[in-house]
Amino acid sequence: MAVPIAYYLVLSAILFSIGVGAFLIKRNIITVFMSIELMLNAVNLTFVAFAHQWHQVGGQIFVFFVMVVAAAEAAVGLAIIIAVFRTRNTLNVDAVDLLKL
Amino acid sequence: MNGAPSLHLWLIPLLPFAGFLLNGLLGRRLPNQIVSLIALLSTGASFVLVLNIAAHFSSLSLPYTESVGTWIQAGTFRADFAYSLDQLTLIMLLIVTGVGFLIHIYSVGYMAHEEGFWRFFAYLNLFMFFMLTLVLAENFLLVFVGWEGVGLASYLLIGFYFTKNSAANAGKKAFVVNRIGDFGFLVAMFLVIAHFGTLSFHEVFAQIAQHPELHGGFLTAIALCLVLGATGKSAQIPLYVWLPDAMEGPTPVSALIHAATMVTAGIYMTVRCHAIFDRSPLALSVVAIIGAATAFFAATVGILQTDIKRVLAYSTISQLGYMFMACGVAAYSAGIFHLLTHAFFKALLFLAAGSVIHALNGEQDMREMGGLRTKIPITFWTMTAGVVAIAGIPPFAGFVSKDEILYRTFISPGIGPVLWFVGLFTALLTSFYMFRLYFLTFFGERRGTDHEEHGHGSHGVHESPGIMLFPLAILAVLSVIGGWVGWPEALGGGDWFGHFLDPVISASHLSFEQMSVATSTFGTAATNVPLSEGSHTVELILALVSTLVALLGAFTAYLFYVRKPELPGKLAKQFSGIYGVVFNKYWVDEVYGAMIVRPINFFARVVLWWTVDRVLVDGAGIGAAAGATGLGGIVRRLQSGNIRSYAGWLAVGAAALLLLIYFGYHPFTQVAQIQIVRPK
Repeated sequence: MAVPIAYYLVLSAILFSIGVGAFLIKRNIITVFMSIELMLNAVNLTFVAFAHQWHQVGGQIFVFFVMVVAAAEAAVGLAIIIAVFRTRNTLNVDAVDLLKL
Repeated sequence: MNGAPSLHLWLIPLLPFAGFLLNGLLGRRLPNQIVSLIALLSTGASFVLVLNIAAHFSSLSLPYTESVGTWIQAGTFRADFAYSLDQLTLIMLLIVTGVGFLIHIYSVGYMAHEEGFWRFFAYLNLFMFFMLTLVLAENFLLVFVGWEGVGLASYLLIGFYFTKNSAANAGKKAFVVNRIGDFGFLVAMFLVIAHFGTLSFHEVFAQIAQHPELHGGFLTAIALCLVLGATGKSAQIPLYVWLPDAMEGPTPVSALIHAATMVTAGIYMTVRCHAIFDRSPLALSVVAIIGAATAFFAATVGILQTDIKRVLAYSTISQLGYMFMACGVAAYSAGIFHLLTHAFFKALLFLAAGSVIHALNGEQDMREMGGLRTKIPITFWTMTAGVVAIAGIPPFAGFVSKDEILYRTFISPGIGPVLWFVGLFTALLTSFYMFRLYFLTFFGERRGTDHEEHGHGSHGVHESPGIMLFPLAILAVLSVIGGWVGWPEALGGGDWFGHFLDPVISASHLSFEQMSVATSTFGTAATNVPLSEGSHTVELILALVSTLVALLGAFTAYLFYVRKPELPGKLAKQFSGIYGVVFNKYWVDEVYGAMIVRPINFFARVVLWWTVDRVLVDGAGIGAAAGATGLGGIVRRLQSGNIRSYAGWLAVGAAALLLLIYFGYHPFTQVAQIQIVRPK
């Protein structure tokens, strides 16, 4: 008997909640960024779990898509973060509220 | 029309309009000579055109109509830029262009030293344009254009010295009072459209002629509304109050607009629409009573005025009252005849008064004048012609027309004799106050001192230049002989004027003639001769009576102001009560002020301004702005730009959605009902 799906889902929910909480609490943009990655991977975990559960490969394929998007996002996001740091000398998200550099 | 050569009637009003445009747009930069040349040429050309028409008049098929173009076309309703010409129009055209042209000439001399020379002539030409439009118009709507336009020109010219507060106020007063009358005219037009479906004069009158059963009813309503319009324009009770104040304008303006032409528009319109009035005895009685009351009332006020122009102003109101009275007893040709002679002698009187004022460098108070007979002899002699004419002493113009009115009033049924007596008494007053003006101005000793105020730069009493005396001379001649065209048959004349107007007047003119004829018991065929013989005797006696009355008035004035100058003062003390009432013009302005102007002001200020404008209109605007600001202040906080607050709201929203769905709320019920099928 394999591990029941509920375990995966609970773990995923915990990871997602940690991601949300970190996103709301942390001030450093890098940390905020990492919490986004955490949320994405929590979702990936549910995709994989359900794919295994229903024996459908679509969920696993979707995970690859999410990973690709996350990689692209990381590239763009890090570039933005560098640009922000260069102009403002800070990584505090509360100081970046003008919707422009 | 009918193959006849076009008369180009449209040119007659348009020429002065061209003069207005030229002078109005370029006049400021042109020298005075050019300005006056433009004004004189445009008016003179119109006059020549009218004379040309008059020369060919007998060969025309009348009424001659000329449509320049369609103005309004809405369903079956249609209004054209149409001009028409008939005997009545021709007489009005001759008066307006002829007297207008003379007054233009006079103005060149009178206004020579004034600021805004070009402005004056531009306005004067504008007035000519609108007045000629009014006279020539073939439908009510085009008449209304002229009607409003002359009001505008009158306003502009009364307020010509716009830096003077009293002149500006007088202009406003004239405009506002005229608007009340215009409202009546407007309502009358609506009623005409509602009942006849057209505004064209000949169509309306043809419909009335086709339906002899139409009597009273809505025709009375239309007629009474027209009367309201006419009382405004022609300065009758209750709307006459603007005319005395209109004397603030330059004197040629008073002569042209407020004596000879514009104020006769109401009379003209009444005669033009006589077909409507003929069917409404009530409206005719109203017209007659208004006319008689105004004639008498204004004459009494005129007795005690001290400003030379104001005497003439009240005299004008009074004479217009005569014309109204004539219309009211359906003696339209007599009314128009008096309009004609009045245009001559009242224009003359105003221009002569202007010449006196000019001679005295701006003095208008008769108490300061006196003894001018030898100083300004030409003005004196022309003024004599005017005074004798208006007083009604034969054979001068005023006698003929006034006598005609009095006679026709006397023989009209109902209250005719009463109106005649009022008219006769007014004739006495007229003669008295005109000779009072005459004696105070030209006889006795000079009472005032010379003073420099008008800025003419010349010293002492001086006769006016020739350019001003020439029109005076022409008008003086016309005041003497002008009445002869309508010399009554009773006195051996042919009453050519009355017969000339017959085609216009007699079309549907039945009721009153028949009523007066019906007093005879003879057969209809034989009636005319003996009755007219009898009337001739009556007319002769009446003419004699009114002549005696006029002489009595003149003699009384002579007694009061030449023989015993202390007598008026004594009488004034003796009858101080009534003297005060008349001297203060019956407090009509004050009563109007208290009863109408003050309440309307109060209403406007408290209800319209404070309540509606400030509270409702401004309040709505301010409230809307404040509401938007307040709401924005709240919503603004959401758009902080802070990334974590956005994320917070996002999380809260997601959580709320989750909770909702968890507790059974399914907004997308169909989606929620899809059963997930477990594959086998």
